[in-house]
Amino acid sequence: MNEKSLAMKQINPAHTAMLKVEGLKKYFPVRKGFLQGVIGWIKAVDSVAFEIYQGKTLGLVGESGCGKSTIGRLILKLLEPDEGRIIYQGQDISGLSEEKIKPLRKEMQIIFQDPYGSLNPRMTAGQSIEEGLRTVGVKGRSERKAQVAHLLEMVRIGADAAGLYPHQFSGGQRQRIGIARALSVNPSLIICDEPVSALDVSIQSQIINLLKELQNTLGVSYLFISHDLNVVGYLSDTVAVMYLGHIMEYAPAEALYDKPLHPYTLALLSAIPAPEPDDRHQLPALVGDVPSPFNPPPGCKFQGRCPLVEDRCRKGEIKIYQVGDGHTVRCWKVVGK
Amino acid sequence: MTKTDNKALFRDTGAEEGPRAPRESRLREFWRLLRRNRLAFSGLAIFVFFFFVAFSGLVLTSGTRPVFDPAIVRLQEKLRPPLSEPNLANLLPKEIPTLGVYLFGTDDLGRDVFARMLQGAWVSLTVGFVAVGIAVLIGIGMGGISGYFGRNPVRVDHILLAFIVSLGGGLLIGGAFFAGGVLLLIGSTYILFSLWRKKWSGKQSAQKLLRLLHKDTISIDTLIMRIVDIMLCFPVFFLILTVVALLPASMYNIMIVIGLTSWMGTTRFVRAELLSLREQDFVTAAKALGVSDWRIIFRHMIPNAMAPVLVSATIGIASAILIEAGLSFLGFGVPPPHATWGNILSDGKRFIFDAPWLTFIPGFAILIVVLAFNLFGEGLRDILNPKLRERY
Ligand SMILES: Nc1ncnc2c1ncn2[C@@H]1O[C@H](COP(=O)(O)OP(=O)(O)OP(=O)(O)O)[C@@H](O)[C@H]1O
Ligand code: SF4
Ligand SMILES: [Mg+2]
Repeated sequence: MNEKSLAMKQINPAHTAMLKVEGLKKYFPVRKGFLQGVIGWIKAVDSVAFEIYQGKTLGLVGESGCGKSTIGRLILKLLEPDEGRIIYQGQDISGLSEEKIKPLRKEMQIIFQDPYGSLNPRMTAGQSIEEGLRTVGVKGRSERKAQVAHLLEMVRIGADAAGLYPHQFSGGQRQRIGIARALSVNPSLIICDEPVSALDVSIQSQIINLLKELQNTLGVSYLFISHDLNVVGYLSDTVAVMYLGHIMEYAPAEALYDKPLHPYTLALLSAIPAPEPDDRHQLPALVGDVPSPFNPPPGCKFQGRCPLVEDRCRKGEIKIYQVGDGHTVRCWKVVGK
Repeated sequence: MTKTDNKALFRDTGAEEGPRAPRESRLREFWRLLRRNRLAFSGLAIFVFFFFVAFSGLVLTSGTRPVFDPAIVRLQEKLRPPLSEPNLANLLPKEIPTLGVYLFGTDDLGRDVFARMLQGAWVSLTVGFVAVGIAVLIGIGMGGISGYFGRNPVRVDHILLAFIVSLGGGLLIGGAFFAGGVLLLIGSTYILFSLWRKKWSGKQSAQKLLRLLHKDTISIDTLIMRIVDIMLCFPVFFLILTVVALLPASMYNIMIVIGLTSWMGTTRFVRAELLSLREQDFVTAAKALGVSDWRIIFRHMIPNAMAPVLVSATIGIASAILIEAGLSFLGFGVPPPHATWGNILSDGKRFIFDAPWLTFIPGFAILIVVLAFNLFGEGLRDILNPKLRERY
């Protein structure tokens, strides 16, 4: 975000965030034994905050199990947060009852990673897409048919596909149908939960370009979840790097790739095969697996794998430090205090 | 690396994805796999044949002047072996068997066993299908609630309400119209009251009572699964015997009682299936679209949960037929003038040495039909289970 747009943001109320998340928390109880007593907690999402603007993309990166999908499901209100606020267009939706949330449902949609599980195997592509049209009250069969055809054209499949079943499509085509289904209710935010991770590289680029194009024509915002910094970097305006439920670094995409600060971000970036050797990535690649999010030790969540770890990292909660314009880092070492 | 570097990686190559793969349809694939599974296929063939026989049995043995009359008594022709010729001199014209020969012999009253077997086939078929139909409907309902709404708690007032309504209904059926009516009235008033109460906050004292009534007990899932466990503790056959002994003997009572005592397996299957389906992405997508709960259950989940239900229903038909035959054998089944395989067998057992066909023909028929349904059910399970497909 440059100086000018920042100035605009301050004077123009249209630039307030479409979706704002504050202090979001979701702990899953771990139960054990005959009486199913709670023996601990999985801190899947821990004090997470971010903003998404109209027509923009927030990329959410992190290794498997760090809580990315849980954030998506919290925003969609498929899960209740333990703490925190989810503010959509200025309205706190986190505490709303099922009835009150119903009219807001269509504003946020989701597309999934697994192209095989995301479509009902017993419904044709057309029927799946029609579900959405039905819930927004498109009356009349022929009207719905016409809109299904239009949506299928929009995702470049061709209207004749409406009568085919999911198993008759390839993975990329199913992903397109999933996108068409999400678009059927005309949402303003789409949560893309690793939509290309299961696809071939050549098809990945097609789906990503389609998403980008749809954003340009429809002005839809994305929360783009991925474990691949490369993909996220191409699509996102802002990037949040997650590790075990915490957002470790949160920055405009340009800043994050040009000037990454958090040791975890650096480690992730060094794992990407760069076009030319880059002296900035002096850190070794990550070793070991992501530790279990079950009852983590106090202090920085990254302490077990951080090459710069010191005693202080194991003591108290690490604060979030502002290091630039819209750039925050959850590591005291970066700011040196 | 900068953000712009990545662009090269994601340049659209312009290459279109391959054309839609026109793979074989589900039905055709199913048929191919079924034909490869010999046992299941022969099970299906016998199943279809039995269906045909039972239907023709209904048509040919009912009415005032049936083609095959299972009720004609010819005492002069009793216990004739299979394929024997009737002694035409002794018979009135209407007593002569339609085929001109006693295909399966005659019983101790000289009745044509072939005609009686035909009539019995229809009984077995309807008892099997209707009983399993009832069981499957209950099973889908209970399993559906358990698997989808299972996490919701049952409140104290739910239990009280269920108790009042069922007691009221019971009294009403039992003949105590006043007491039953009053209880049902109380129950329905409470339902109306709780619907209307949503907008009403009430006084302090009423609040306290409501809080007590709204106290959560166990989850719906736990409640239903414990009911299933309790039902499974009873030896079903003796439960049925007790109930049938209390009720007037009729085909409908038998079907209903068998149905009401064999829904537990289906409930468990449907529940297990729904528990895994509710975590599937397409269900999440439907929820995000705002599709109603009922539509999600009946349009998205139940159709995908039908495979194991179909399998257990097929095998359930076999056991329902067996239970009906057992009841008829013990004399608790369909009342006597009507023939069933069970009571032909039962009548024949007194003559097992003089007229073994009276026991062997119905016994063999029951064996074949039950075996066919079991084989077909097992085959169906293998075919519908993608993980087991490779074996064939
Ligand atoms: N319903 C649940 N009950 C208990 N634990 C859960 C539940 N859902 C998620 N978790 C746990 O929360 C953590 C975060 O899960 P989540 O699915 O959000 O990760 P993710 O970042 O999306 O991972 P992936 O990249 O593998 O999709 C995991 O440790 C997971 O085991
Ligand atoms: S706080 Fe310490 S352990 Fe955590 S990332 Fe920074 S240096 Fe590493
Ligand atoms: Mg995930």
